[in-house]
Amino acid sequence: MSRAIVNVPSSARRGEVIEIKTMVAHVMETGFRRTQLGVVIPRNIITEFVCRYNGSEIFRATLYPAIAANPVFTFTTIATESGTLEFVWRGDNGYTATASATITVT
Amino acid sequence: MSALGALLGAFTFRFADAAARGMPAVMQEAIRKVVGDGEVRPGRVKLDVPPLIDNGNAVPLAVSVESPMTTVDYVKSIHVFTEKNPQPNVISVYLGPRSGRAILTTRIRLADTQTITAIAEMSDGSYWSASVSVVVTLAACLEELN
Repeated sequence: MSRAIVNVPSSARRGEVIEIKTMVAHVMETGFRRTQLGVVIPRNIITEFVCRYNGSEIFRATLYPAIAANPVFTFTTIATESGTLEFVWRGDNGYTATASATITVT
Repeated sequence: MSALGALLGAFTFRFADAAARGMPAVMQEAIRKVVGDGEVRPGRVKLDVPPLIDNGNAVPLAVSVESPMTTVDYVKSIHVFTEKNPQPNVISVYLGPRSGRAILTTRIRLADTQTITAIAEMSDGSYWSASVSVVVTLAACLEELN
């Protein structure tokens, strides 16, 4: 079960720079913490985030343990055509989360 | 001519040495892995972090780079490093001409009062950087779990 929220404007003018906000629920366990018994808690983080606009990649991030829990990203893109933005998060232990949003470009 | 080359080489080396002064070896190594033999110059990058942080577990970080973001002149990637976190890398993002603007905001963890450095790689192969010192009162990653 994964929960992700994306915020993309529903419509934009062609050529306009739009802001995209994303957040995904994830503990982002660093792998540097120990329990009271001194056992290292294994790393469990998201390692990669990709955003595609109608199939072509517009933003990619490589994440490290220093990213806070529930990773938030804000970035921009140019509204080129109507279509779908797809968001994929991948991480340790085979973690995958996806989200998508549609945009109408006039 | 070769003497001039040697002189220039010595100057570049000294500049790199000065830039890296006081920087821990692991951070230097992480930066070398990204920039290779490229020269990192200060400027063009703006790094926005609160100067005083109550809680190092979620620190807002904003990076912006001065660039026209056209198909011939754009920011290829932005990398963020910290001095005293257990691992120097924080995030690497890859942009392109379709990004429109070279900006990124996210939330990071900081384990200690330290310096944060952001390095941007331009499409022409040059590297630009900015550094910010922050004071952290409650550090991330140090508490124990019950």
